[in-house]
Amino acid sequence: MDINTPVATIYGGNYDKYIDTWKKQVAEVQAKFGGAIEEVRMPREFPTEVPILYVKKESIIAVLDYLRGAPGLEYGFLADLTATDEEIDPRFEVVYQLLSHTNMARIRVKVRLKDGEEIPTATKLWEAANWPEREVYDMFGITFTGHPHPRRILMDERWVGHPLRKDYPLRGYQIFPDTPAPKPEYLEKGDR
Amino acid sequence: METRNETPFTSGTYSAQGQGPHHFHSIDHDPDDIWGDSRVVVNIGPTHPAMHGALRMVAKVNGETIEQSYCEFGFTHRAKEKLGENRTYHQFIVYSDRLNYCSALINNVAYAMSVERLLGVSVPERCVWIRMIASEMARVIDHLVCVGIGAVDIGAFSFFLYGFHQREEAYTLIEKLCGARLTTSYTRIGGLAGDAPVGWEDEVKAWVKKTRECLDEMDSLLTGNKIWLQRTVGVARFSKEDCLKYSFTGPCARAAGIDIDLRRDAPYLVYDKVEFDVPIAQNGDVFDRYLVRMEEIRQSLNIIQQCAERMKPGPVWADDKRTRIPDKEVVHNTMEGLIHHFKFFMTGFDVPEGEAYTTVEAANGELGFYICSKGGPKAHRMRIRGPSVYHFQALSPMSQGGLIADMVAALGSINIIAGELDR
Repeated sequence: MDINTPVATIYGGNYDKYIDTWKKQVAEVQAKFGGAIEEVRMPREFPTEVPILYVKKESIIAVLDYLRGAPGLEYGFLADLTATDEEIDPRFEVVYQLLSHTNMARIRVKVRLKDGEEIPTATKLWEAANWPEREVYDMFGITFTGHPHPRRILMDERWVGHPLRKDYPLRGYQIFPDTPAPKPEYLEKGDR
Repeated sequence: METRNETPFTSGTYSAQGQGPHHFHSIDHDPDDIWGDSRVVVNIGPTHPAMHGALRMVAKVNGETIEQSYCEFGFTHRAKEKLGENRTYHQFIVYSDRLNYCSALINNVAYAMSVERLLGVSVPERCVWIRMIASEMARVIDHLVCVGIGAVDIGAFSFFLYGFHQREEAYTLIEKLCGARLTTSYTRIGGLAGDAPVGWEDEVKAWVKKTRECLDEMDSLLTGNKIWLQRTVGVARFSKEDCLKYSFTGPCARAAGIDIDLRRDAPYLVYDKVEFDVPIAQNGDVFDRYLVRMEEIRQSLNIIQQCAERMKPGPVWADDKRTRIPDKEVVHNTMEGLIHHFKFFMTGFDVPEGEAYTTVEAANGELGFYICSKGGPKAHRMRIRGPSVYHFQALSPMSQGGLIADMVAALGSINIIAGELDR
């Protein structure tokens, strides 16, 4: 054999490499925010490849800001922002995938939300959160408080319902005969 | 003006009322002018030859300078994430092609890797080498398309033809792998649709040699060209700080000086066992993105050469009963094989509970599959993180203050693929 092919596990090759860093970082965040961290799921204890921090929605921006800037953490890169419909109470989980460019470690932050609850926007921390948050609103109907342009993004503006909710049917087609005209008022609001 | 619509301007398409095509008009003569003297709102797209795919930009222009703009997409939305929750893991492979259709093989590999990760299935050595060659070939194709079409947008047509010839040659090699040129569906969970034919490695090596020569020719044709430089240097500049704020990845981030490449920094497959360089530029303009892509093609060719030299005959399927598609001979001749085949395609295999965000360095940047499984043959959540979403988000700020023609150059240089954007 010329090479050792990488052994595929859910943890990848990262578990041994990062577990000490992660443990230290999670302890640091827990000490700093205390009760705002509802739950921590570490890899191996739970089937996940990176630690998951469940954060109360009131503190999410403070926690993200700390993760983003604090020395030793430096999760300054928002890799992705999405949500899941868990079909239990609380119904939704908003998911932030963070990446640290300094040590290439990843971490996942989640917020549990009841149906109809709002969550503060992360656009003040990352401009990149703008469109993903609009997509989460579009697909799940989760409203982000303080979002500069809260409107649909992928679906037509006349669409009824939120397609990625589990109770939305797979073939829930809605047909529109035309493309809506552009809205100059969006320009006034500094939309992009 | 005798008749006036309620909005100060209308789209360039046929309106729903059947009044025929409207014209964009200057609002100078409009008594209810809301934009001031010489501002005009222009709608570009969704079906405009300069917009790559069905994208729309609405821009307020002063003369030819964009003052303010916003973008819209989603016109080719195909509900891939919803389909991911309603199809078995095997059935979703074909949908992964249609993400970034310029580099379908990378999407195939990324998707297969992310499901294998949840399953804990390791693929054998030959499969890894073929997957790496396939990924890098797809990257070369994608970059050739990007720089070629970007040049066509700016007006350099023959450059594009040189690249497209090599692209077609690459497609012929890919056709020998899987029978398809564009929508490949080549990988399977835990293996490949088929082994590479005998002598394929040698053809790949010959193609690498030819493509290197072709690249030198392309380089000498365009890189120092005065018109090309005037149209690209300093155009649509996006600084390192902005790139980080807007979550740029891939060649666009590297063109602005962000030294990150997942193949080197978070190696998957066996990228840590081959040698290659990661090109970095500093200015983050259209020209630097072009340079980074041209150099990346060369580096990808180096990787392909190393893989083709090192790969040996062997199995391409992981030895795992769950994911192995039974051979046709077994299916046609034994009852057990037939049942296995039927169960595989009708029910699918169960993936254990868990969640993982698996990323690869796709041609445009970080392509991630965030799969949540609650057990069973279908995903609970299938999130696809396409790099184009984050790049397209920056088009408006990037092209602000530039000319409309510069916006077209910027759009070509960040290589927006509508399939990946709209999902």
